[in-house]
Amino acid sequence: MPEKYHIKTTPVPPRLPRIGKYGIVDWREDCARCHNCVKKACVYDRHRQEAEYIRNLKYFDFLFFECMGCFSCVQNCTKDLLCLTINSEYQRLGNHYWTPEIIHITWQQAETAAVPVSGAGYRGKFAGQGFDAMWTDMSEIVRPTRDGIHGREYISTSVDIGKKPSYLEFDENKKTVFPSSIVDIPMPMIVDMNPAEYTLARLEPLIIEAVRFTDLIAIIDSAKWPGAVNESQMADIDKYLPHIAFHLNPDAPEPPIEILSKTRMVEIPDNDAVLDRIKELKKTIPELVISIRVNLDATGVQRAVELAAAGVEVIHVIADFNGDEIGPKNEKLAKPRFVKEMIREIHTTLIKDGIRDEVTVIAGSGIALPEHMAKALLCGADLISTYLPLLISLECHLCETCKPGIFCPARLEEIDFEYGVGRMRNLIAAWHLQLIELMGAMGMREARRLRGDVGRAMFFEELEEEIFGTLFGSKKRV
Amino acid sequence: MERFSVQKKEFKDILPANTLKTRVPQVEISREIKPAPSRYRNEIAKYIIHRSDDCIKCGKCAEICPYGVHVLKPGYKYFAMPKSYLCTGEACEKTDHFCIPQCPQKALRMVKNPMIEALGDYRWPADMLLATWRMAETGAPPSEAYEYDYHCGNSGGGFDRIRFKFPEKPPVELADDEIDTSIILNRRDDGRPRIKIDVPWYGGGMSFGSVSNVTQLSKARAAVAWNIFSCSGEGGYMERMRPYDDHMITQVATGLFGVREETIQRVPIVEFKYAQGAKPGLGGHLLGDKNTPAVSKIRESVVGISLFSPFPFHSVYSIEDHMKHIDWIKHINRRALISTKVSTPTDVDMVAVGSYSAGTHIIHLDGGYGGTGAAPDIAKKNIAMPIEYAVAKVHKFLVDEGARDKVALIASGGVRTAYDIAKAIALGADGVVVGTAELISLGCVRCTRCSAGRGCPRGIATTDPGLAPQIELEWGTQRIINLYNAWRIELIGILKRFGMRSVRELVGRSDLLMHLDYNNDAHDSSTDSVIQPRKSC
Ligand code: SF4
Ligand code: SF4
Ligand code: SF4
Repeated sequence: MPEKYHIKTTPVPPRLPRIGKYGIVDWREDCARCHNCVKKACVYDRHRQEAEYIRNLKYFDFLFFECMGCFSCVQNCTKDLLCLTINSEYQRLGNHYWTPEIIHITWQQAETAAVPVSGAGYRGKFAGQGFDAMWTDMSEIVRPTRDGIHGREYISTSVDIGKKPSYLEFDENKKTVFPSSIVDIPMPMIVDMNPAEYTLARLEPLIIEAVRFTDLIAIIDSAKWPGAVNESQMADIDKYLPHIAFHLNPDAPEPPIEILSKTRMVEIPDNDAVLDRIKELKKTIPELVISIRVNLDATGVQRAVELAAAGVEVIHVIADFNGDEIGPKNEKLAKPRFVKEMIREIHTTLIKDGIRDEVTVIAGSGIALPEHMAKALLCGADLISTYLPLLISLECHLCETCKPGIFCPARLEEIDFEYGVGRMRNLIAAWHLQLIELMGAMGMREARRLRGDVGRAMFFEELEEEIFGTLFGSKKRV
Repeated sequence: MERFSVQKKEFKDILPANTLKTRVPQVEISREIKPAPSRYRNEIAKYIIHRSDDCIKCGKCAEICPYGVHVLKPGYKYFAMPKSYLCTGEACEKTDHFCIPQCPQKALRMVKNPMIEALGDYRWPADMLLATWRMAETGAPPSEAYEYDYHCGNSGGGFDRIRFKFPEKPPVELADDEIDTSIILNRRDDGRPRIKIDVPWYGGGMSFGSVSNVTQLSKARAAVAWNIFSCSGEGGYMERMRPYDDHMITQVATGLFGVREETIQRVPIVEFKYAQGAKPGLGGHLLGDKNTPAVSKIRESVVGISLFSPFPFHSVYSIEDHMKHIDWIKHINRRALISTKVSTPTDVDMVAVGSYSAGTHIIHLDGGYGGTGAAPDIAKKNIAMPIEYAVAKVHKFLVDEGARDKVALIASGGVRTAYDIAKAIALGADGVVVGTAELISLGCVRCTRCSAGRGCPRGIATTDPGLAPQIELEWGTQRIINLYNAWRIELIGILKRFGMRSVRELVGRSDLLMHLDYNNDAHDSSTDSVIQPRKSC
């Protein structure tokens, strides 16, 4: 059995004061001075910490918001002077898709590298849009089950990138021959380039360090080469290149051949001449796996299928960073399609065309949580790409004012290398553990087998139709 | 109290000799409703009444307010702090007993409590919490005057979008005492006791370790009072639980904590927990901090280490294996009913029918949104289907297979109110298991901190010796008894409007339900008329 994939982690505390959900407002003027102050009784000692925080105030743009929302002090105060409030700074985090809860839980994982655990059951919506409109399955009695992260069973999260042979071939020495190369990564995830909206920080050296540590791959814009690595990385570049997939930016010079040939994969933006370009590249570096980046706009799905039919080995499909189809958004027209639906369409079309195993589909955009990774796979992707969670792990607020010269509330220009790499590593480790939890519950031992296994997923629309449709008839049109 | 309608024997009369030797006298707990006000000085209120120093203590406000907000105790010089949580707020403005304008000194002021925004969540909105606290305090549904919108939550699906289609007038006029709310838990006719419980719900499993012993005892004592059950959870029993054995369910879960011959023999129901809604597909989980010396003694483990139960039972990979498990318990306790608790996978109907054929008496479906203990957030939200789908699916399948009337179908996982209970039954369950609502009645605010550090800061889900004593046993027991009484009143109200003499007539009557997102054209609706009992449900 191969060695278990395990990411070694240590906690990396935040640099800045935490932006918690709750705070206590204290109407001091009426205080009874009863000497029995309920504030002393806070299990989490928050009132004393707050006083200390204010005494040593370092950041004028952060108030103290670390109350856990238990209402105990509020309800015990002799004069009923305390009031629990929701932090408006918390509510401003992110956007409609990258909600404050997502940002918060990402920070938590980047700090602890652990699976977030809480009590009191589920607090959220019944179902939602996109990935929130599906549930993953679990095995019970009638089907085999797996142990998950605390058990002894080995759940493999590795996946392959490249064209898989449809049958085995042997040479004259009876050794297996692989007609094309395949990249094997230990987790169904690669790190994408940053969206144009988030360009403030120069994070490439940190990302490259984090993916090397976790044995993953990051897509790096060739326009940023060689600045994407720092001096010490450059001194030992052979160690890093297998973890870099250059996005060959047509507006920038290509990295030298001796650099490209030490990478395992490159990405080319889709264009009319893309098939010729693949041939050219394969001629120079035959073992390079070549991915084509296809924008999921109105014709994106069709284009991905065409490329697969033309023999492209890897297709990286990308919607916008909220997971919506790329293109002008018009509220009055139908809602833009979500990446999940587009992946399902690509996957099922490729199956119908009989070529699903000949192409790897990497699905990007809208992957904000580890469950999105598992769900994207169940919908038909082989693996996912994502970027923003790594940026958020560095205490980013996703405020979208990410431009040079504009104040970054997360002070991203100031971060040190160890901190950045540690937070990203921790986040990746926590995602890995959570993928195993979901797979253990599903009774799956191989991430490769998650691809398109909709039998291990339950879709909101389908359950509604199957169960409530029978009871309540036709659904109202919205 | 009639529990064993066939044998007409008390459970103790049929216990094996060795169990009888260790048996302690069983206690009786009264079902009487007594006020059990909040244990906090300041109950959270929707509106706040401020009294200024201009007050001349004329007593006008105390005289006109019918809700008891203003209290001037005899012999006292000053008013007590206004009991704001009793104020009906803006609804009072339209009445002639609105105190604010009638104060001659204009010393009173009413404001909406801004803190309400920070209370509750989509599944348990603030109004539902406030109404549940009121029910636990008084034993009755909150007065309409409070305008609590609490029959549904704000989750936007499932129970929260389902409503009853009440007829304009009940087909028959029934008095409250003509309506039977009891259900039978053994429908197999297999010679084992036909256990009947007085209301169609019982208390869910919460282990000692996940909750305090006062919480566990309060649940058990309320179960005695209501002639229902409470469940040990996966953690065994404290000695103090013995006087409640006749109303306990021993849970056999994958970690087998607290499972001994003796704990199986002394109770009327034994439950196999294959999975649980809080973390479907994952094993039980007690964080190290909560594994105190008392807990570790009962669980026979080492103090301070985290306890993970495996998932699944590694001895069960088929229905045949499951049957072997059931046979094993049935031989050890020849009187016990067997309950099989499963979560809600896509093939939950197959699991249920398989479990029925293996010999279970109770199929307990625990939907993906339930749970009280520590669980990974990713599991709570994403794994397994919500109970609303599962119960309808399983009910239909059991009917089609001809097995529905041989087994009790119990639903849990997000059942919060009497309305949810009735909806679950109309979707196909015989009854439900509740957990979170019991904790809410004890003062839980759903802060989710149960699992971390010393556990619940409010003394409910903790074994910390500094925190747990916040709750007194008598108070805890009474709060749960009161809540159950209020629920029973509401359930009777629902049955009455349909002219039903028994809650058993409601089972599977999904034709009496409507869904706000559907055209509700699946049934002939010529007899449907009034839809809403009040603004939400
Ligand atoms: S509400 Fe609870 S956590 Fe927050 S400050 Fe008060 S006692 Fe502490
Ligand atoms: S917090 Fe900083 S890094 Fe994050 S989006 Fe805002 S400006 Fe950019
Ligand atoms: S910790 Fe919070 S959520 Fe858990 S039982 Fe206590 S009050 Fe309720």
